[in-house]
Amino acid sequence: MSRLWRWLIPLAVLPVLALLAYGFRANPRDIPSPLVGRPAPAFALATLDGAPLSLEAHRGKVVVVNFWASWCYPACYEEAPVLEQSWRAYRDRGVVVVGVDIQDKREAAEKFVRDFGLTFPNVQDVKGTVSVDYGVYGVPETFFVDRQGRIRVKHVGAVTDDVFRATVDRLLAEAPKP
Amino acid sequence: MSRARLRRLAAPVLVLLVGVSAFAQPPASPVSEDAVHEVAAQLRCVVCQSLSVADSPSEMASQMRGIIRERLAAGERPAEVIQYFVDRYGEWILLAPRRHGFNWLVWLFPLVAVATGFTLVAVIVRRWTRRRREGGPTPVNVDPAMSERIRREMERGA
Repeated sequence: MSRLWRWLIPLAVLPVLALLAYGFRANPRDIPSPLVGRPAPAFALATLDGAPLSLEAHRGKVVVVNFWASWCYPACYEEAPVLEQSWRAYRDRGVVVVGVDIQDKREAAEKFVRDFGLTFPNVQDVKGTVSVDYGVYGVPETFFVDRQGRIRVKHVGAVTDDVFRATVDRLLAEAPKP
Repeated sequence: MSRARLRRLAAPVLVLLVGVSAFAQPPASPVSEDAVHEVAAQLRCVVCQSLSVADSPSEMASQMRGIIRERLAAGERPAEVIQYFVDRYGEWILLAPRRHGFNWLVWLFPLVAVATGFTLVAVIVRRWTRRRREGGPTPVNVDPAMSERIRREMERGA
């Protein structure tokens, strides 16, 4: 075998190693959503209190759509107080928080809302159509919708105060709907 | 009751009946489980590891099968239903990557690897067999004097 071949065969391992290094370092849960930058899918569902709620009605505001479930411990339990506080702090500035309860029992969801004293509207997605429309993998996932009704940020995992403030402040700073 | 009045009453009743029957009856074109399964088998269950929507017992997968059934019943073709999921989850949702661009690597690399392996084995086997055919064991270079001495000692016996 020529000297060239003696070197080329071990070198052929390098691209394979590079591919594996890339694959194993990437977070398999970190899948980019094709929905970022696109219009937020419309939905109209009844809240847990029985009032009708449609996303369209909040066009022109910054809408935070949060997918949760009462069995989603601990992440949903961590973010519920954060969402409630942020909603109280921002509701007078053209920001709406909408909770979407998915894959859940109604009683358990109602207890969750009571326990955390949530005052922002929460709807239940019984058939899973809204979850699939938003390409939801699991809970919690949160979508920040700008005043034009476009999804701008998808946040996977519990929303922290920092994430909420930074994202909502940025969307509020943008020019309002012409 | 006059006929005109009867007709005026009949209209809302008819609307009500049609409305109720629309809820009570299954969709106009019933979708076979096979058709739902065929689409579901191509989609990744988003909350599972390595399971299709067809095979997963999770609630999410069950809801997805419901959505597939509804969309097929509404007259969508299977390819359109799959595209609906791809638009929302990206191509990640497909169990088999589509054959274009970078994805070809996934499809062709195993074939290329197997073909390379077979070629390598064939080359090596041919090299070995050729050497053997070319005259038994490899000749060893022993100088004539030495070989003469070995022969003599062998004949003499140990």
